[in-house]
Amino acid sequence: MQTVIKVENLSKKFRIGKLRGDEGTLRDLVGNVIKFPFRKRVKNPEAETLWALKDINFEVYQGDTLGIVGGNGAGKSTLLKILSRIIKPTTGRARLGGRVGSLLEVGTGFHQDLTGRENVFLNGAVLGMQRREIEKKFDEIVAFAEIEKFMDTPVKFYSTGMYLRLAFAVAAHLEPDILIVDEVLAVGDAAFQAKCLGKMGEAVGSGRTILFVSHSSMMVEKLCQTALYLKNGKLENYGATKPILAQYEADYELNSAAEAVSRNLPEIEDGEVRFIEWSISNSTAYQAHTIVSRQKAEFEFQLVCRRQIANLRFNFAIQDHDGRPLIVASSVSANKAAAAVGEGTYRLRWTCYLPLQAGFYRLVAEVASADDDTLLDTWRCQPELEILLSPDELIGEQLQGLINIPVKFDLARDVR
Amino acid sequence: MLTKYSTGELINPAESNQAHSQESGNGENDLLTGKDSIVIESSNFISSVDLISLWKCRELLYFLALRDVKIRYKQTLLGIAWVLLQPIVTTTIFTTIFLRLGTSQDLTVPYPLFAFSGFTLWTFINSAITNCSGSLVNHSNLITKVYFPRLIIPFSAALATLLDLVFGLTSLVIAMLIYGIVPGWRMLLLPLIIVPTLLLALGIGIFTAALNVKYRDVKYILPFFIQIFFFISPVFYSLSMLPEESVALWQFNPLTGILENFRALLFGLPFDFYSFGVSVTVSLLIFFAAIYTFHRLEDDFADVI
Repeated sequence: MQTVIKVENLSKKFRIGKLRGDEGTLRDLVGNVIKFPFRKRVKNPEAETLWALKDINFEVYQGDTLGIVGGNGAGKSTLLKILSRIIKPTTGRARLGGRVGSLLEVGTGFHQDLTGRENVFLNGAVLGMQRREIEKKFDEIVAFAEIEKFMDTPVKFYSTGMYLRLAFAVAAHLEPDILIVDEVLAVGDAAFQAKCLGKMGEAVGSGRTILFVSHSSMMVEKLCQTALYLKNGKLENYGATKPILAQYEADYELNSAAEAVSRNLPEIEDGEVRFIEWSISNSTAYQAHTIVSRQKAEFEFQLVCRRQIANLRFNFAIQDHDGRPLIVASSVSANKAAAAVGEGTYRLRWTCYLPLQAGFYRLVAEVASADDDTLLDTWRCQPELEILLSPDELIGEQLQGLINIPVKFDLARDVR
Repeated sequence: MLTKYSTGELINPAESNQAHSQESGNGENDLLTGKDSIVIESSNFISSVDLISLWKCRELLYFLALRDVKIRYKQTLLGIAWVLLQPIVTTTIFTTIFLRLGTSQDLTVPYPLFAFSGFTLWTFINSAITNCSGSLVNHSNLITKVYFPRLIIPFSAALATLLDLVFGLTSLVIAMLIYGIVPGWRMLLLPLIIVPTLLLALGIGIFTAALNVKYRDVKYILPFFIQIFFFISPVFYSLSMLPEESVALWQFNPLTGILENFRALLFGLPFDFYSFGVSVTVSLLIFFAAIYTFHRLEDDFADVI
């Protein structure tokens, strides 16, 4: 095994905070030079600096797939940008042995007015492909994107899905020695994500070295043998994926309780009942409002009551993006016992198993008085609910359909 | 230890030893020193004028220039007509003024044709500088998302304007034919003029493009300087209209030699090697100084833009 990436004492400092009032424009600069021709021009010493990365050391062997995890602001993107040569490190160095292709965004260089075909060539060239290479793979790219008919249509007429499929198709056919991927997979619908994962899996199998940044410990777990955990610009840990992810998740879950999203409400008046926040008490480490399909999900709602009600009723609906209800659950059918409340704050827990395919869903919560059926509050919960497939269910593609049921197939020779 | 593997699960000791021995031992099959290897360090000014990497990425240069051209002609309704409209309208205006003033009698070609030739080249210079200087900021999404030699961006912007010049020159030839002047074989020498013109426009464009990343007011200051440049260059007047003693001063302007000799080639007038030499020298100086400045500022583009 040969070392293909070697990073030594890599640090990156950013200046943050405001520029001094008189150094933002050329006019000021020229004015200052004329006014004080002999003064040495120093950078504003008061400007705050931030070490986005500090003394990072690691190496990656050829053929490895390295997942980089860390919270927001941990320096993941900065590291990728340095390794992609987009920004320069402040100190230290990194050596890369081979052609580098980086995918920090899907569709870099795409232009709305150009046709699909023109954009493929442009985007390919921007990502570092030779024209011959693009020509050779053109049919494959088009087939992958599944938009043969629209290749001569300007991309501004594409749907978001088509646009992303085409953009990713180009990127997926990039064949560098070292592939650097940011969370580009986080965009697009679930079907698209699944397809990208499949393509990434192929790349992993082909012996290429891959650096992959993600929030999603599940994706990292599926794709990467090694993981690197960044925390506040420092390398927290580096090694085999499982223990690193365990550490990352443990750290992250400490904070995830604070991730409940509060509803933006005016003052709650007397006589009202209002939902104020929702969370998932056993959410995945990836996002606070994410659950895994067909696994136990514990939704928690906090509500504030400003009156006494003898008999409350709760309804929950999970809707698709068109507002079609897919699953509706009501507390009335679950247990007949009356839910009486007085003034105060309550916490309601709703446990269920959602057999839905991966994707984003709307969650709508309702509270009503069961006696006279008056609706007290409706909340279309923010943020949206995201459902993921469990790692062992991920396949290269997303199956059609809304419902995800466990399946079993047996094939045996018919000996009759 | 560089490798901070917390557990030995993945890399067995034999393998990691092998990796280390290779790294410290024979460098021949070490990927980090191979021909494709890349070293990323804080700043190295070794590549002060890096035109080689530009040549390596010529396909990207071509695609970006093509993109600029396609977008321009797809977006504007008038398309090519727009490119021609500018010199035609300015020519008409200046012709009207000059004929009234009656100062055009000592020219060897009709004044409208004279002015039109000047405006054709000037329109190219003007739009090349303007497109070039805004190019980096306009392509900020590329700069922050992908690596390639940054110089490609202003270069492609300037190259895209070359197509406009081709249309301009075609219309100029048509205008000459209308006035009964048949273009001679010396027209074939026009690239001799166009290359230094392009270098000059690129020089000014690249320099201002790099400054524009940090100082966004360049965008507002530049048009004023371009206007001054227009008046101190013999675009709509000839050196022969100027007092004798100011001619030497005028010749420091690289555009003087370019414009005068451009017309010399077009209309079969004597070619002035002295002023041409000055133009080429000054243009080259500006061009390389601009590229040097560009490389000095380049490293901060993605941070600042």
